[in-house]
Amino acid sequence: MSKLYSGAQIVFKCLEDQGVDVIFGYPGGAVLPIYDELKNFNSIKHILGRHEQGVGHAAEGYARSSGKPGVLLVTSGPGATNAVTALTDAYMDSVPLVCISGQVPTHLIGTDAFQEADTTGITRPCTKHNWLVKDVKDLAKVIHKAFEVATTGRPGPVLVDIPKDIQFQKTNYTKYKKNKKLNGKSFNKFTQNDINQLIKLMDKASKPIFYTGGGVINSGPRASELLRQLVTATGFPITSTLQGLGAYPGDDNQFLGMLGMHGSYEANNAMHDCDLMINIGARFDDRITGKIDEFSPKSKKVHIDIDPSSINKNVKVDLPIVGDVTQVISSTIKTIKKIKPNFTKSNKQKISNWWEKIQKWRSVKSFNFVNSTETIKPQYAVQRLYELTKNKETYITTEVGQHQMWAAQHYKFNKPNRWMTSGGLGTMGYGLPAAVGVQVANPNKLVIDIAGEASVLMTIQEMSTAVQYSLPIKIFILNNEYMGMVRQWQELLHDKNYSESYTAALPDFVKLAEAYGCVGIRATKPDELDDKIIEMLNTDRPVIFDCLVDKEENCFPMIPSGKPHNQMLLGPNDQKENKITGKGKTLV
Amino acid sequence: MANPKSAYSIPGKLGKLDTHIIVVWVDNEAGVLARVVGLFSGRGYNIESLAVAEIDSKLNISRITIVTTGTPQVIEQIKLQLKKLVPVHKVADFKRDDKKVIFKEMALMKIVGNNSKRQKALKACKKYNAIILDKTNKSVVIQITALRRDIDLIAKNLRKLGLVSLSRTGAVAMTRGAEVFK
Repeated sequence: MSKLYSGAQIVFKCLEDQGVDVIFGYPGGAVLPIYDELKNFNSIKHILGRHEQGVGHAAEGYARSSGKPGVLLVTSGPGATNAVTALTDAYMDSVPLVCISGQVPTHLIGTDAFQEADTTGITRPCTKHNWLVKDVKDLAKVIHKAFEVATTGRPGPVLVDIPKDIQFQKTNYTKYKKNKKLNGKSFNKFTQNDINQLIKLMDKASKPIFYTGGGVINSGPRASELLRQLVTATGFPITSTLQGLGAYPGDDNQFLGMLGMHGSYEANNAMHDCDLMINIGARFDDRITGKIDEFSPKSKKVHIDIDPSSINKNVKVDLPIVGDVTQVISSTIKTIKKIKPNFTKSNKQKISNWWEKIQKWRSVKSFNFVNSTETIKPQYAVQRLYELTKNKETYITTEVGQHQMWAAQHYKFNKPNRWMTSGGLGTMGYGLPAAVGVQVANPNKLVIDIAGEASVLMTIQEMSTAVQYSLPIKIFILNNEYMGMVRQWQELLHDKNYSESYTAALPDFVKLAEAYGCVGIRATKPDELDDKIIEMLNTDRPVIFDCLVDKEENCFPMIPSGKPHNQMLLGPNDQKENKITGKGKTLV
Repeated sequence: MANPKSAYSIPGKLGKLDTHIIVVWVDNEAGVLARVVGLFSGRGYNIESLAVAEIDSKLNISRITIVTTGTPQVIEQIKLQLKKLVPVHKVADFKRDDKKVIFKEMALMKIVGNNSKRQKALKACKKYNAIILDKTNKSVVIQITALRRDIDLIAKNLRKLGLVSLSRTGAVAMTRGAEVFK
């Protein structure tokens, strides 16, 4: 008879077989048997967070920067409910997570036992799938299935709820064999005919644009390489969503910058006026489309996506191509080479007027701002941070708000998996724990959380995690004492009634850093900024950098509420003509 | 809307609403119905009626029949979203007025009243092949299998003839002819 393993041991056997070397977690009554086994599995390192939300975001940061699924281990009840925000965040941004949660023993389920919650019920709408394991014999199968679901197709979070008695029970374990067939849900549904049609459209277009998103990153580094080849081969302009930054070099001439609500003038105008839009792995999110009735009215739209339900959800497209970005682009490049080897030459003439138009928009320099010698402008701070770190292998995470948009506008990414931000759910407090996870996945690399002082306070406790594991993350706080984006909207939409958006009693971040056992640095004047940033970069310990910035700076350009792409607000001088009125106020 | 203003997508022109019958084959496991129903409620789709039962005890397959209304775009989303659920095997979609598909609902009706009233009641639903399931000298329980609108009509007519209790299922559907939905 083969050896019997307890449920807790099987959990680790499965993780080993899945190649997991790091898990993020927080112990508690209902997962104690699993924690008891941790010592027997040396290949798996456990990172102890300070709150399950932080644990979840750390796992997300790990997953997004490494391309591997993030694994988190939490206890029943509050452990699981605290993880819900991170699971929802991962669901919205398609991050592969496997959450293992403890549950009260099976005979107590349904009795309102201590730390009992209907975890599978609560997490059903925020996971791709979840399981309550009621028989130890199913455990291994379920965990392996969980990894498969999390990582295939459009990635996302899954949860496996394991009652405490199941963790003690024993059964056999057979080694995992990778199953090729995926429950009949295959992902590459496109045909050569689709590709031919795409090329026909590309050939005819005189005002084309690539609009790429997080799907390119999720498809793996090969997708980014192929995207670069495709963009070079076609000579088309390219813009990217917030999540797609880094898939194409941010400093390349064909790149128009990010699009959307706070995207560049040239990107949004090009999206509006184009005659062919090729969406690669993006999902026509409402922050991108603006007013949907006037969204890119004259274009043929192609949508390449692995998730068929993303297609025609918000915007009706002319050519849907369901498939993995890597496969689709690779077939496209091959076909172009075969049937149109002179594509670039023949096309250059055709789209030259288009490029002229784009250059005109570009000359507006919409990311410009009025700099100051008195106060640090937040955009300037991000620019300096970029200039001083661009030659290093740098990973950037952010919180959510103005600082996030400034980071997206002014920090230029050249590689995929270097930019981790909460886009879909917009979770304040994401960046610090995500930075923890990124640093765990990438030791010896530079990891910076570009933060706002309000967001960072939501998960500041994870500094303690960073210190415990000597993770030298840099928390670069653009401190304006306001919830900046809230304040900006109140200024533009609510007659400057700054209701509850000012934080009157902020901690002293330098002292806070010292209290956590890391390093605090403060910059108050533009002329000392560079030196202080260099000081931060030279510190081989976690740093909280308190950058005191202009309190009233707003994030521009901006597509105001109720306007399409071609009617952007460019800056302070432009606002008067574009007052937001009436219904727009209620709908932002 | 005259002048819609929003950075969020605005409620655009509402398309034509159609009634569809969606049939979903799922693994019969704990919580599967909650997943399907939760998808509808979570995304704001509506369920007019619902019928579900296991149809293959060996393979553990249940068949869920959902009647829903929506614009063509919404119906398409419902189907695509359903197909993404892990325990879902296949999804069929029929328009309510599709001639190639049979739709049936069953209703149980309890009629209480004197003999003449009961006879009148039975006569009123003769056209629909009512089956008498239980009979006393005060009451009768009948079973009717028909289309939703027929049952609506019968129930309305029987109210004045002593109908005291009505229980009905959701619609179930099957294609006509030898073909099977794959």
